[in-house]
Amino acid sequence: MSPTARSSGKPKPAAKPATKATAPAARAGAKPKLAIFGAASCGGCDIAIVNIHEHILEVAAAFEIVLWPTIMDGKYSEIEAMEDGEITVTLVSGSMRTDETVHLARLLRRKSKLMVAFGSCASEGCIPGLANLSSRKQILDTAFSTTSTDNPEGIRPVWEYQAPEGVLHLPEFEPILRTLDQVVDVDYTIPGCPPESKQIWAALQAVVAALDGTGPLPPKGAVLGAGESTVCDECARKRDVKKIDHFVRIQQVASFDPEICLLEQGLPCNGPATRDGCGALCPSVAAPCIGCYGAAEGVVDYGARLMSAYASVIVATKPDEIDKVLDGIADPAGQFYRFSLAASLLRSSRTAWKSDGEQ
Amino acid sequence: MSAQAPVAPARTEGAATAAATFEPVIIGFTCNWCSYRAADLAGTARVKYPPNVRLIRLMCSGRLDPTFVLKAYAEGADAVLVSGCHPGECHYIEQNYKALRRFHLLQRTIEALGIEPGRLQLVWASAAEGVRLANEIARVTEEVRALGPLNWPAGNIVDIDSVNLDTAWEATGGDAGGPPEAPGGVNPDHAAQAAR
Repeated sequence: MSPTARSSGKPKPAAKPATKATAPAARAGAKPKLAIFGAASCGGCDIAIVNIHEHILEVAAAFEIVLWPTIMDGKYSEIEAMEDGEITVTLVSGSMRTDETVHLARLLRRKSKLMVAFGSCASEGCIPGLANLSSRKQILDTAFSTTSTDNPEGIRPVWEYQAPEGVLHLPEFEPILRTLDQVVDVDYTIPGCPPESKQIWAALQAVVAALDGTGPLPPKGAVLGAGESTVCDECARKRDVKKIDHFVRIQQVASFDPEICLLEQGLPCNGPATRDGCGALCPSVAAPCIGCYGAAEGVVDYGARLMSAYASVIVATKPDEIDKVLDGIADPAGQFYRFSLAASLLRSSRTAWKSDGEQ
Repeated sequence: MSAQAPVAPARTEGAATAAATFEPVIIGFTCNWCSYRAADLAGTARVKYPPNVRLIRLMCSGRLDPTFVLKAYAEGADAVLVSGCHPGECHYIEQNYKALRRFHLLQRTIEALGIEPGRLQLVWASAAEGVRLANEIARVTEEVRALGPLNWPAGNIVDIDSVNLDTAWEATGGDAGGPPEAPGGVNPDHAAQAAR
C-alpha cells in the first residue's frame, strides 16, 4: 500500500463530513498547522477570534495551533526549526512597528503556506498607524516625557544595553509603522477592528473547506469575511437629500434623528468609503461609522475617497462659505485616515520622516 | 541647455536657467472645455509658459479625484495644479464647485500631513484665457521653486535619512534579502539634479 498506515482504515472516497470528523482524530501531527501572531496590536483581534464561541473547538479540531502568544505558550525557536511552508495558515493581527515584528512576520511568511492579514492593524495600520503623523522623537517624547509619565530621571529606552551578563537588545522602533503587506507577501485580508466574529468564522470555514477539498480556495489577494460594497449599503438610515451645509461633532448635539442619514445631519460619517461586512452597527445606534472595515472594494486611498464624497455633497459654493463648513471637521487627517494612514498613498506625514534625524 | 532626460528644461527657460536651479515637477489637471483649451490657445498664440507643468486633460475639473493629487505627490511631483472653468461657467453646470470643495478639503488634509498648501494650486481659466493660464503657470512654478523639492518617499523607508535599517536588520539575525525594496522610488529629475 502506498499511502501511510493511518489511511488504511479508510478507503479512498474521503469527501464526506464523517470522514472529515475522523481524519483530525488520527494524530495531532497530521493536522494542518495554524499560527496566530499579534505584532503591534491591542489583543482585540485575539478576543474576536475566541468570540466565535464553541466554534473555537472546531478550529482546534481542524488545526494544530503552533503559535498563539496571547492564548498559549509557544516558542519562536520552534517556528524557526520548522520546514519552510510547514504552517498551513498564519493569521497576523498586528502592524509592523519594530524590527522584531518585521523579523517575525518574515519568519512566519517563510514557514507558512497562507499568510492572512487579520484585522485592521495588519491590513491598513489602524489606530497605531496614526503614529505615522509624528516622528519617532515626538512619539518617545510623548510616551516618556509628558506630565502623565512619572519619569524624573528622563529615562529613555535604548535598543542595545550592555549589562554585566552581556548585551541586551530591545526591539527597535522603526521610523514609520507599516502594514503587513508592505513587509511580506500576503495571501488574504480579513478587515475590521476587530473583524466581526461571525465573519471570522465564515472566513475560517472557507479555508477549512478548501483544505478538506470540499470548497474552492479563495483567489490570492481576496478580502475574506466582508462585503464588496460600502457601509452605506448596509445602513438602514434614509438618505435622500444628500446635501450638507454644516458639520458637527457628536458631543455638540443632544440627539440625532433615528432614521435619517447621519452625514445628512452633519455628523462626519465614514460610511461612503468604508467596506461593508460589519452590519452597519455604529450608524444604527447613532454613532458615525469611523471606518474600521477599511477601504471599500476598488478604493486606492481611503481618505481620498472620503474627501471626494464629502466635497460632493457640501452645498456651499463660495470659498469662504466652504471654509466655514469645513471648519466643522476638527482633525482632517484623523477623520479621513483614522484607520488607514499607514496604507494610504502618502503613508505618513512629512514630520514622521523629515525630523527623524533629530532623535 | 540641460541634459536631463525626460524633462529637459526647454529653450523657454533660456539663459536664466542656471545648472543648479531646482526645476519643480508640477502635475496640472485641466478640463476639456476651458483650461485645456486655454493651454491650447497659449500654444497656438505662441505664448510661452514654463515646461515644469505636465498637463493632464480631464473631461471636467469635477472629475478630479483627490486620489490623483495624492498619487502625484507620492510618485514624485512637487506640486499639483488644478484648473477648470470659472465658477458658474462649468460645461457640466456645477461640477467645478465640487473641484473647488475638494481643493479646499485637500489643502486642509495635506497641511495636516506636512505638505505646504502652496503645493496644491487652483486656477480658473476660460478657453479664451491662454495668456492668463500661461501667467498663472509661471507664477505657480516660481512659488513651488521657492518651496523646494517635495521628494516624498512614498513609504520608501530605506530612503528616510538617518535610519540604517540594514544594520538594524542584521542585528536581529534576520534572513537574507534585508528590508524590502520599496515601490515608488525617487523622482528621476531630482536624482539627476542631485547627481550634478
